Parts: sequence; structure tokens; C-alpha cells
Amino acid sequence: MSDRMNSQKIEDPKAKYSPAYTVSKFFRWISKSNKTYGVEWWIMIVGIFVILMITYLAIFPGTVAPFAPNAQDSGPQLSPPSAHNIFGTDNLNRDVFSRIIWGSRTILGVAISAALLSSVIGIPLGLISGYVGGVVDRVLSLIMDSVYAFPGLILAIAFAAMLGPGVINITLAVAVIYIPTYFRLVRGQTLQLKEQLYVEAARSIGAKQGTILFRYIFPNIIATVVVVFSLNIADAITTEAALSYIGLGLPAGIPDWGMDLSLGKSYLPSGVWWMITYPGLMIMLLALGFTMLGEGLAEILNPRLLEK
Amino acid sequence: MEELIRVTNLIKNFPVQKSVLDMLFSGKKQQYVHAVDDVSFSIGKGEVLGLAGESGSGKSTTGRLLLRLLEATSGSIFYDGRDISTIGKEELRRLRMKMQVVFQDPDSSLSPRMTVGQAISDPLRIQGLASGAEAKRRAIQIMEQVGLTPAEFLYRKYPHQLSGGQTQRVVLARALVTNPEFVVADEPIAMADVSVRALILELMKQLKREFNLTYLFITHDLATAKYLCDRIAIMYLGRIVEIGTKDQVFRTPHHPYTKALLQAVPVPDPKERRKDALPRGEIPSAVNPPPGCHFHPRCPFAIDPCRSGRPPLRELSPGHFSACILEP
Amino acid sequence: MEKTILEVKDLSIDYPISIGTVHAVRNVSFTLHKGEVLGLVGESGCGKSTLGLSFLRLLRAPGRVAGGSIEFEGRDIMSMKTEELRLFRGNKMAMVFQNPLTSLNPLMRIRDHFFETLKVHNVFTNRTEAEKKAGDVLERLGIDRQRLHEYPHQMSGGMRQRIMIGLGLILDPEILIADEPTTALDVIVEATFVDLLKLLKEEYNISIILISHNLAMVAEIANRIAVMYGGKIAEIGTAEQIFAEPMHPYTQGLIGCVPNINVDQESLVSMAGSPPDLVVPPPGCPFADRCPKGMDICRQKMPPMKEYRANQQTACWLYE
Repeated sequence: MSDRMNSQKIEDPKAKYSPAYTVSKFFRWISKSNKTYGVEWWIMIVGIFVILMITYLAIFPGTVAPFAPNAQDSGPQLSPPSAHNIFGTDNLNRDVFSRIIWGSRTILGVAISAALLSSVIGIPLGLISGYVGGVVDRVLSLIMDSVYAFPGLILAIAFAAMLGPGVINITLAVAVIYIPTYFRLVRGQTLQLKEQLYVEAARSIGAKQGTILFRYIFPNIIATVVVVFSLNIADAITTEAALSYIGLGLPAGIPDWGMDLSLGKSYLPSGVWWMITYPGLMIMLLALGFTMLGEGLAEILNPRLLEK
Repeated sequence: MEELIRVTNLIKNFPVQKSVLDMLFSGKKQQYVHAVDDVSFSIGKGEVLGLAGESGSGKSTTGRLLLRLLEATSGSIFYDGRDISTIGKEELRRLRMKMQVVFQDPDSSLSPRMTVGQAISDPLRIQGLASGAEAKRRAIQIMEQVGLTPAEFLYRKYPHQLSGGQTQRVVLARALVTNPEFVVADEPIAMADVSVRALILELMKQLKREFNLTYLFITHDLATAKYLCDRIAIMYLGRIVEIGTKDQVFRTPHHPYTKALLQAVPVPDPKERRKDALPRGEIPSAVNPPPGCHFHPRCPFAIDPCRSGRPPLRELSPGHFSACILEP
Repeated sequence: MEKTILEVKDLSIDYPISIGTVHAVRNVSFTLHKGEVLGLVGESGCGKSTLGLSFLRLLRAPGRVAGGSIEFEGRDIMSMKTEELRLFRGNKMAMVFQNPLTSLNPLMRIRDHFFETLKVHNVFTNRTEAEKKAGDVLERLGIDRQRLHEYPHQMSGGMRQRIMIGLGLILDPEILIADEPTTALDVIVEATFVDLLKLLKEEYNISIILISHNLAMVAEIANRIAVMYGGKIAEIGTAEQIFAEPMHPYTQGLIGCVPNINVDQESLVSMAGSPPDLVVPPPGCPFADRCPKGMDICRQKMPPMKEYRANQQTACWLYE
């Protein structure tokens, strides 16, 4: 078998893309990276793995969930985990396992959309504010610092309460509290980078401000932004869960881990542990996944930049 | 020789940052660093003018003022007969095609996130001269001219993957890709290794011939200046103290500071070790420079008149000027 | 004749890092005589700074001495115990670093820097005496003793560099190691500094190892010069010999690279290529592939270091 693979490698140029070769190349790359990067690499890999798994659940829930999330006939009421209902059932006879799987879509969707929204607003504002300076910078910084000074969750609650229920409103509420994070990060880096010689060199070539910002400054900021983005999603996950735990935002029909957490809480005293445990574990797992990805990226990207 | 650059009465003052206490209590007058203090000179087409001096001399600031990377406090800059000190942003941008700069530290002059090819072809895109395949072709051509070979291979590399000599070549290539006429080189070899310096100097000489360039070569290293420059101006605390051809300044220096500087330059020959005394003291602050001739506190020949009134640049012989009132 | 004060025998220094081991210094041997100035020249990466740090055992981890010895007046520096080493440093051998601003504590007055040095070496008696001693040293260096009360940021670069020397001198060491001491200094200040080193040598008989890439500066003061390349010494001889009759092709190239303000030069020697990879150093002469006179044997076998002329040694197959 291996002989065949070897001869394939030498003679057949298309063999480069044969599955066996790709897989072996992948594993060789992993072991080489492990030697270079160490434990942070593995942390990141685990994080990616968790995220990918849950993303799969979010995209194709039907392939794994045995029941519909709101089906009130999936099993006996409040029954503990069994062969029929892996995670048990809740007070409305809904299968907890299926609710978990379908719920992944909600929480992941809201968290990622919120993070995207925050970054799309926060990053350009940070770039402009840092580069242009002056009054624009003062005003924007003042606004952003004020928002930043609020404890995130409190602010999200205020916004959610103000905007009312709905997936979009929840996303907005979560997004708003992270805009200052991106703003501050990008502004700080821009302030630093605009003093760099290559920015002056770009000006000397005749580059316009926009070109300088997006071709010269931003690419050098991306590494840190990506890390913050990942950690941001982790934070958004717990914030969204917290909001729905309190009862703000999502309508009852949409399966949501935070809501299930809140629901399960009232049944805990009667010894029904499965309704609250599994959603809690999942929230933790997903947030941890993104955190590990972020931390791993931070270690990998930054030393490589410095090691030069 | 036709004149390409003419600078008249260029002044640049930087306001000194006041501390909060100063502002609240002493009502101190705003102080300024007189970085460039009424400087005038010209550069002929195809000539290399050296601007030499120690720290605080204003030579780097002058270079930036010339390219309008900094705005002068007052004074005029003429490029090819046109007054460019007041032209608008758009016109200036287009002028940048013809006036380029090479800075001291090649690694900081290149964005770490841009490949060599992107860095070199960017000026073409920015100036609207070429894009896409044409820009790449032009970039490869320049790379070969500056000795960055194999060009196709290096095109995709990032600055941190190149050696010091190679990165400086990339900076040179980027400066030359728009076919400029004038290049300001600000200590281009100061950070390079000894052997790389020689390579870059030779390269600059060669490129000057091939591209018909005019250089303003800013340096603190007089030995290098003598090697590369046709004319040289010596600066001290924001003023030009002496200017002339290479032979005039190096063989018959007039200003005491020039003499001191030339004496202080180490010679790579153990048989020719310095015997004469050096001027005492150190370079004074540029915020409150000594009155009259800035050099008088350290000058071994100073006389009373040196303490008051700025000595003008007077012509000692055709083309050789010195800002010292003493007789040669 | 001249007494040997420092002897380096077959010294090798390694830096084991993630991608492999960097053999920064490979089998280097030379001697330093009492009262002489030895210039250690080379370009970046040749190992001269690493070598300089090793004399006072200041190598940063993971750097370590992998072989050979350094002997001061017969005593092996590498095997000194902590207490012996502490007394040795500063007292017998002192170091002056490149960037005086970062080497001085911005929160301590100048006199406190001196006090600390004296205290660490158990020679601090009382403030008055220490201040007098420090003041004496400063005056020797041409600095007004009133400046002891100032902070580092209140002094110019040249002055700070002289303070650094002062800190090195206050214990009357026998050897001073200066690592690129003038790189951050202006031309005239650099010349003043070199004059100062000359003074130290002549009046106080201090031996100096001057590490620099500035050949011209080293030519001003050095008695002997060692040229390093690729972690090894390529050539060593008197200053006159190195500049007038260099033997090793690298030395020849290096001398030819430097512009000489007293001479009208048509062109400078250019040495294309770059230094060898010190993680996997070539088996032969490190300069072999850049050498204009390179032969096959140069790439394959390391040339031995021999004294082919009186007082001048080189490692090159051309002379074998």
C-alpha cells in the first residue's frame, strides 16, 4: 500500500491531491507545528474542533437531533436521561438533547452577528479616529469611553429592554456593548502605527489617507483584531445567554440555551438536574471553544511577529 | 549646470511641549526648537549634494521639508523653477512621482504585511501609472536593476525574510519605480553592516548614472559624504555653516566647525591617528542656542564680534561659502 | 615583555533555540596583554558581542559556553563560584555597553549609581568618602563633580557614556570591555570618547577590549585587532599589519569597504553575499563561498589558525 503511494507521488503529478497524501501531509504539518508552537497550538486546535462541531450542529441540526425542538411529545414529562431521550425531557415533554442542538443555531447566530456588527462599526471608527486625531478623535473617544465605562451586561439589559423582544434586537443590544472594545484597540494601534516610518514612506509616494489607512495600517492591525474578535464572540455568547436567562429578548418559540437555563432553574429543587445542566455545559463549552481559539491565536500570531 | 532644486530662507520651528505646570503658573512664553534656521541652497541637475552634520543640525528636517513631508514655518522651495512650497495637495501628490525619499531604517520603511512585490508596485498604482500585470512587469524590471534577483522569487517574499542589504534595495526599488528625478536619501546606510554599506553606495552611484538622478544625501558620516557627493553643506544647529564643492570643503575647510568635524572623523589607518585637540563642550540645545554664531562657545578662534549677530554665508571663492567672519 | 592578562582558549558559545543550535562563537583563541587595546571587529552576527558578554559571564539564557576556557591571570572565569565572580566583576573586569540611556536607571541620581556599585563590592564606607571617590572619577573623565546630583536624563549622550565608563572605573579594574560604545554618539563626541580611552590606557595602564563594527574608530586606538567572521577569528595582528598588509581575504575586503576621508577613492570593494547560517555552519572556512580566492579545500576543511608572520595569525588555506 505504501509503496503504491510512494510511486504515485513520484510519477503521477495529480497524486499531490490524492486524499491519502493530503491527510499524511496534514499530520506532518501538525507535528511540525507542534514542535514550533508548543501547547498554545493544541489549545487552539481543541478550540477550533469544538467550534466546528457546534457549528455543524447549528447548520445541520436535523441530522443529529432526533426530535423537533418544540415537539411536545418527544417523551414522558420531566424524565431523566435515557436511551430514548439522551438528555432527558423538560416540563413540556420536549427533548432536551434536541433543544440543545437546535439552540446552538440561535446562540451562535446571535453571537457571531453581534461580533461582526460591532467590528464593522468599531474598526473603521477606530482607524479614522486614531489617524485623523483632533476634534473627531476627542468626540469619538468620549462617546466610546462612556459606553465602555458601563458594565457590559447592564448596558445590554438596558438596550434589550429598550428595544424589545426579537432576535435582531437582541443582536443589536449585544453588539452595541462591544463597539468600544474594537474602537479602543484599533485606535490605539493606529496611533502607534501612524508614527511608523513606512507610513511616512507611503505618504512620500503620494498615497491618499484612505489608501494609507487600509493598505498600510490596517493589515498590520489585523492580527490583534482577529484575536479580539474570537474572544469577543466568547463574551457575546455568555451575554446573549444571560439576556435570555433574564427573559429579555427572544420570543418563546425559539430554542435558546439561556432560556432553557432559566426554565431548568425552577425545576432544580425537585431533583430535575438535566434541564439546567446540559444548557449550562453547552454555553460553557462554546464560550470556552472561542476563548481557546482566541488565546491560541494570540500566542501564535504575536510571537511570530516579534520573533523576526 | 541647470538648477533642479532651490531653497530660500527655509525656516522650521517646532513648538516645545509645555508641561501643565508651566501653563498654569509661569505663563512662560511658548518656546520653539529652531530646527531649521533660515537655510538656503540649490542643487543642480544630476548633482549629489551632501547635507552633513551631527544630531540637532537640522539636516533630516531639511530633507523632509524639501519633500513637504513637513510643512515649513516659512521660506520657499523651488522645483525645476516652480514654487512648490504652496501648491495644493493634489498637485503635490502628482509631484511625488518625481521626488522620492529613502529613509534610514529599511525594515521600518516597509510595511511588514506587504510583500516585496506589493511594496514596489504600489507607487505605480497610487500614482495611476500602471496596475495589475503591467505594474508587476515594471516592478520586476526595477528589481533586476537594483540587483534583487531572482526577481520573480523575491517578489512574493515579505521584508522579514530578506537580509538587511536586500531590504534596502527594496526601498531603493520602490523609490525608483516611478522614474523620479530627485531622491532624498536620509542616512540610507547608517543601519547597514559595513560590507552592505559599500554595496549600497556603489548601487546608488550606478543608479544615479542609469536613471539620471539628482540626490540630496543626508548623513553624519563625512567619509561617506566625501565618497559620494559632488558638493557638500555642513550644518550646525539648524544653520548651514559652510557649503562648497567636495574639494573646497574637504581640502580647504574654512569654518572652525567644519575643521573640527573633519578632524574628528576617524581614519581607517593606524598610522594616521588624530593628534589635534577637539572642541570642548557638546552641542547646545536647539531651543536656546547661543547668540550670534552658534558655535562660538566651543570655537578655539572665537572673538567678541562672534557673540552677536548672525554671521552671513560669505563667498570665499566661487561656489565656496562659509558663515565665519574670520579671514581664511 | 608584555604580560598576558586574559587568555581565551578554544572558546565556543552556543545558543540552543527552537529551530536548532546557533553556534555563535566557534573555537576562538586569543590573548590580551596588560596595557594594550585589542579591537574585536566584525559585522553583525559574527559573534563579537556574544564573546564580549561571555568574559563577564553575562550571557543571557539560553546562551552557554559549550567548550574552551577564559582565564584571567591564570584563573578560569567559567569555574568561578558566585562570590568569587561577584568580586571579579567590576573589580577586575568591567563592561561598558552600547546604549548609555538604557543602561542607567532613570530614577537614580548619578551619585546613587556609584554608591550602588561600591556597596555591591563591599567597599562602601560612608557617603562622604564615596562621593569624593565618585567625584574624582568624574573629574578624570572631564565631568564636573557637581553633576553627581543630577539624573541621567539631564545629561547628554556623550556625558552618559562617560558616566558608564566612570562606573566601570571606580573600582580600578584591570580590564575594560567596551561593546559598541560609540554607536549612538555623534562624530565629535565619539572622537572625544576615543581620546578618553587613550588616556585610560596611557595613564592608568588599563587593558581594553574594544568591540565594534566601526573599523576606522578602532584604527584610532587599537594596538592589536582581531577580525571575526562567522563565529571564528579570521585574522589577528597589530593594527598596522591588519590595515597595511591584511592576509585573510575577508579582512582585505572589509578594509576596502570603508571610505577613507583622507584618500580619493574611485570605488569601494563590494563583498556580495551574506554571512553563513550559524545553525548549520559550513564544515570549512565560513567565508568560503564569498571569497574571491576561494578554493575547493576552503569549503571542505576548516583552515588552522597559524602565525604565518611575526605577530600576525590567520586561518586561511592560501597561506598553508
